[in-house]
Amino acid sequence: MTRLTFGGALRSALHRALAEDDRVVLLGEDIGVNGGVFRVTDGLQAEFGPRRVIDTPLAEAGILGTAVGLAMHGFRPVVEIQFDGFVYPAFDQIVSQLAKMHYRTGGAVTLPITMRIPVGGGIGAAEHHSESPEAYFAHTAGIRTVVASTPQDGAVMLRQAIACDDPVVFFEPKRRYHVKAEVDERVDLRTALPLDRARVVAEGTDVTVVTYGAMTGVCLDAAAAAGDEGVSIEVIDLRSLSPVDWESVEASVRRTGRLVVVHEAARHGGFGAEIAATLTERCFPFLEAAPVRVTGHDIPYPVAKLEKHHLPDLDRVLDGVDRVLGRVAASPVSAEPAPATESLAVRTPEPVR
Amino acid sequence: MAHEDSELLPGETPVRFLDQDGRALDETRYPMPPLSELQAAYRALVVARRINEQCSALVRQGRLAVYPSSHGQEACEVAAALPLAERDWLFPTYRDAVAVIGRGVPPAEAMVLLQGDWHSGYDPREHGVAPQATPLATQLLHAAGFAHAAKLRGEDTVVVAMCGDGATSEGDFHEALNLAAVFGLAVVFLVQNNGFAISVPLSRQTAAASLAHKAIGYGMPGVRVDGNDAAALLAVMHAAVDRARAGGGPTLVEAHTYRIQAHTNADDDTRYRDRAEVQEWVARDPLIRLRSYLRVCDALSAAAEDEITAEAEAVAAELRDALQAEHVPDPEDLFRHVYAERTPRLEEQWAMLADELARDAESEHAESEHAEHEEAR
Ligand SMILES: Cc1ncc(C[n+]2csc(CCOP(=O)(O)OP(=O)(O)O)c2C)c(N)n1
Ligand SMILES: [Mg+2]
Repeated sequence: MTRLTFGGALRSALHRALAEDDRVVLLGEDIGVNGGVFRVTDGLQAEFGPRRVIDTPLAEAGILGTAVGLAMHGFRPVVEIQFDGFVYPAFDQIVSQLAKMHYRTGGAVTLPITMRIPVGGGIGAAEHHSESPEAYFAHTAGIRTVVASTPQDGAVMLRQAIACDDPVVFFEPKRRYHVKAEVDERVDLRTALPLDRARVVAEGTDVTVVTYGAMTGVCLDAAAAAGDEGVSIEVIDLRSLSPVDWESVEASVRRTGRLVVVHEAARHGGFGAEIAATLTERCFPFLEAAPVRVTGHDIPYPVAKLEKHHLPDLDRVLDGVDRVLGRVAASPVSAEPAPATESLAVRTPEPVR
Repeated sequence: MAHEDSELLPGETPVRFLDQDGRALDETRYPMPPLSELQAAYRALVVARRINEQCSALVRQGRLAVYPSSHGQEACEVAAALPLAERDWLFPTYRDAVAVIGRGVPPAEAMVLLQGDWHSGYDPREHGVAPQATPLATQLLHAAGFAHAAKLRGEDTVVVAMCGDGATSEGDFHEALNLAAVFGLAVVFLVQNNGFAISVPLSRQTAAASLAHKAIGYGMPGVRVDGNDAAALLAVMHAAVDRARAGGGPTLVEAHTYRIQAHTNADDDTRYRDRAEVQEWVARDPLIRLRSYLRVCDALSAAAEDEITAEAEAVAAELRDALQAEHVPDPEDLFRHVYAERTPRLEEQWAMLADELARDAESEHAESEHAEHEEAR
């Protein structure tokens, strides 16, 4: 065991993958001498050379598109996108090319590409540096979408993603990069929990809380706080958003009869909708209450000084738990009519600060 | 628009008027700007440097979240804004706060983004300045579209679109230049080649002889200019702006300069570049160069310098005052302007947040009452 940060554990996984498999190459912006802006590739270029750890021109569509070509000719590219907000220029290559190539070629071409993307907010960053775009990717058939949230999972899941023959979007919650824990770097991938399996991170009997990424930490805190008040919460770190380990989640929800889904991303069309809908379909007779979603608001990611009002926190998760337990009205506004919508067209615009 | 190749290729050397000691060089490709304009440029340069220094200090004091400084690149910032008429537009990046201020945006409003108060602190229409763009090269397409609109409306508006050397590798850069050239639009693309995209050197962005050489591929002229020579920059920018205004189409201007500070305060530039290289560029300071020339020409009196320094100090003080007060944005701002009209869904979410905030306030109040009670005992 080694004490590692989440970032350090990811680096350890990359190191191992580079050492074990000549076909693994790293591509990205500032991943060479700079070691990546989050230092996840620190020292790897010095050790493995610039032919394996490649600083590319500044072009995300180019990086992903050439990764497709590299993979077609025998490599296993691991791509670093610098921030969540900068993956969008590559979206066409990911959705139209990467996700469909295996299918189009009747399975003849495999594209074992791993796309590492720092994800989420809570770090006081400027716009475009705190996005939660997971639903776009999870919605796209042909790519796998996973989110690691602990150093141990980072170390193992990244190796699994690289070893996987499907393209994998690998989200790294930024808020977790500096979280430290004891990590076994030598886990045997054949016996490890498979990449597409969820993990019960706290056991409980009253409510199932399904979450992933940085929200796993918030939900564990909520479970502890609820436990003090006699409510037993089971927290499931989903880990894989596509495919989803329905079996594990379903088993939990059947036991507790109550589901809360928690994520940072906006609610509308967010990944929580898929979880709530599928579990409603599959566990309806077992549900004691309608599933509750605890999410960010349906807004563009806000400025640093307001992000704490956007991101779900301990209290918002506990509110969700109260709601699913029927302890409060389903929504604070449902008791009274919603205020009339106002037309900004007839208002003088207020200053934006 | 057909052009002779020779008209489109950049010259063998960058356009340069002044050496570091302020001596005028034998530059015949462009006319030297009038002294009065150089005096105005010097004033703007001194203010620009002071803004950069002040903002970096405010980051250290925790008043600004981040500041991508244009220290060392001030001549480019000044030359981007000065040649523009009031009706013209500027499409800047995150690094171009100084050019934004140069267009008349109040310094405090220009800092709102970096303070984390709002994504853009000024009204673009008021100053002819688009919001500062962070996703690289995206603003270049907006600039082309804006110029297209001006053309369709029969206006002679000119648009200056700024980006860095790294951004020239993005697809949007190529699409913007191509569109602007195909439609013969009044855009001046000003690329500040400061040698690096964070840690990545120019050699990783292009195999071309220079970035200005790309212009010929789109069918527009490419010009290389010394980006630390304000006189040369102004001459080149004026020519490109005049050409665009007269219907001559876009120009690509590549300014050779250097970022003296790290990429932002979050960056450690010792990881990827030599101190000696930085020092070489410090010695090519754009302020010193123009100052020396004006002094040689007897066009910068001690009194004028004092006055300029005082003006720069006043701007710095304005920035300090604006950022000293701990401004807390209104949480309801989260839900304003997502759409022209707020949706019922957003009303519901604001009501939920308002309820959370009310309960927070209540429990804080209860805690402080409890504390007072304890104290009284
Ligand atoms: C599409 C996109 N990809 C990546 C980034 C992250 N990023 C911000 S600035 C920067 C370097 C840009 O270099 P350059 O264009 O030379 O401008 P400079 O910062 O040197 O002024 C990078 C990679 C971004 N903002 N947008
Ligand atoms: Mg640069």
